[in-house]
Amino acid sequence: MMQRWLPVGILLLWLGMVVMAPWLNLQPDHIELSRILAPPGSSAWLGYDDLGRPLLDRLVAGAGTSLFVALWVVVISAFIGTVIGAISAYAGGVWDHLIVRIIDIFLAFPGILLAIAMAGLMGPGIDNVIIALSTVGWVGFARLARAQVLSIKQRLHVTAAVSLGVSHTAIIRRHVLPLTWAPLIVEASFAVAGVVIAEAGLSFLGLGVQPPEASWGSIIRDGTRYMLVAPHMVLVPGIALMLVVLAVNLLGDQLRDWADVRSRRVA
Amino acid sequence: MLRFIFARLFSAALVVIGVSTLVFMLIHLVPGDPVEVMLGESAQPADRAALRHALGLDQPLPVQLYHYFNGLLHFDLGTSLHSQRPIVELMLERLPATLELALAALVVAVVIALPLGVLSAVRKDTAWDHSARVVSLMGISIPHFWLGPLLILVFSLWLGWLPVSGRDGLTSLVLPALTLGAVLAAILSRMMRATLLETLNEDYIRTARAKGLSGTAVILRHALRNALLPVITVLGLQLGALLGGAIITEMVFSWPGIGQLTIEAIHRRDYPVVQACILLVSVTYVAVNTLTDLVYAGLDPRVRLREKE
Repeated sequence: MMQRWLPVGILLLWLGMVVMAPWLNLQPDHIELSRILAPPGSSAWLGYDDLGRPLLDRLVAGAGTSLFVALWVVVISAFIGTVIGAISAYAGGVWDHLIVRIIDIFLAFPGILLAIAMAGLMGPGIDNVIIALSTVGWVGFARLARAQVLSIKQRLHVTAAVSLGVSHTAIIRRHVLPLTWAPLIVEASFAVAGVVIAEAGLSFLGLGVQPPEASWGSIIRDGTRYMLVAPHMVLVPGIALMLVVLAVNLLGDQLRDWADVRSRRVA
Repeated sequence: MLRFIFARLFSAALVVIGVSTLVFMLIHLVPGDPVEVMLGESAQPADRAALRHALGLDQPLPVQLYHYFNGLLHFDLGTSLHSQRPIVELMLERLPATLELALAALVVAVVIALPLGVLSAVRKDTAWDHSARVVSLMGISIPHFWLGPLLILVFSLWLGWLPVSGRDGLTSLVLPALTLGAVLAAILSRMMRATLLETLNEDYIRTARAKGLSGTAVILRHALRNALLPVITVLGLQLGALLGGAIITEMVFSWPGIGQLTIEAIHRRDYPVVQACILLVSVTYVAVNTLTDLVYAGLDPRVRLREKE
């Protein structure tokens, strides 16, 4: 029971922080020079950062950044990837060969490298982070959607639709794509975890959001310079980041078990 | 087998050509004028024209592409805008550090993951299994740029056992290798557990047990050998993530490798160096993956037979 609700609770807290932020009277950019690097205490639950800004307020602002980036990147990548993958599998032939080659080329860039390069070339900023991560992110969805559509294409109801003269767009939209959503949602949930880490990673490298905007990654980077005197600056955003990623991963595992009909029947 | 090797090498070559083209195109595809980004908005038109000429951006695209591939074939990756030195020279200086780190991380990952995964599978649903799974789930969820500072905080600053950063002897390698290897260890141990559990359900394991072999012998001689094959594939696939993670790990520990070179080049807007580094890492990744496939096909005849069909 605990295992099931813990991830949901953490994610609701993450969402709640972001949604409630405007009413919380936060001052993530307010500087109090006398409290620079002050540890957690009664005046600020999580202490102050290297410029004397309250860390709790910055943490909530950073939650907004990571949620915003994660949602946009996953929506854009899932849309583009699914469309490309579905068309590739459905059209077959030369188009399929070409798209598979392109997917292979994108998969040849290890992990976050392409995103780092793109963010670096385009210059920092939240829009560029979203573009860079979507450029990397669509590939996974395209591969999955392609595999799904390839198998669904063979089914009888599709053959029936073709012989009845239904247009290809309608077949893809009404008879093929609705059957692919379960694995795509599982993929999307793991993608959220990946994007949250990637956004923080880019910000850690100074390629993400620009100051004074807050990101968990940039708070950690600033904190590494003062670890001995103010370890809370590294610990607080790191724990938040890990909890969110852990929760998303756990939720993804649960969704996968739920979407996998075989294991559902056994259970 | 020969046919399989040729087919695999051919498709690897296609991917390398595609990757090189994409890296070349990056500077053109990215929105905005790269010269303006490099020099800033207030640059003089004469300076812009000079940089455009230095980068070869004033020539028609096909000509640029020709010069680029011609250079690649001669291992000429151009000159750094910042240091004016040949980029190949810069990379050769940094490459040993990255290889050392990646190899050490690989060793760390395998040494942690195999016992953890085997323990988890053999003692399924016990406290051992649960703690091993919690550890690996946390390992997957901890980013390098947080685990690194955390390890520095504990082992360098509080305990004073290991150096904070830099590359100076074996002690300085421990924390970076742990940081980079941890995620891989987590992924591998999950994989090890899953495949070993599957293998333990096979008929030949029951046969081995029935003929009176000890539990250890069954696991080591029969189950583990077969369960390791898929783990090797995952290892090959994860090397890409390892190389990507090395960039961030190198930044955390000021490790003088290719990753640090890449990020330094990005901050200095030294785009030819950025392009060359990305190319090097991705081509290495393609090479490693191709090699993994070939080794795998050598070990498991089913793979090369399936390809033939």
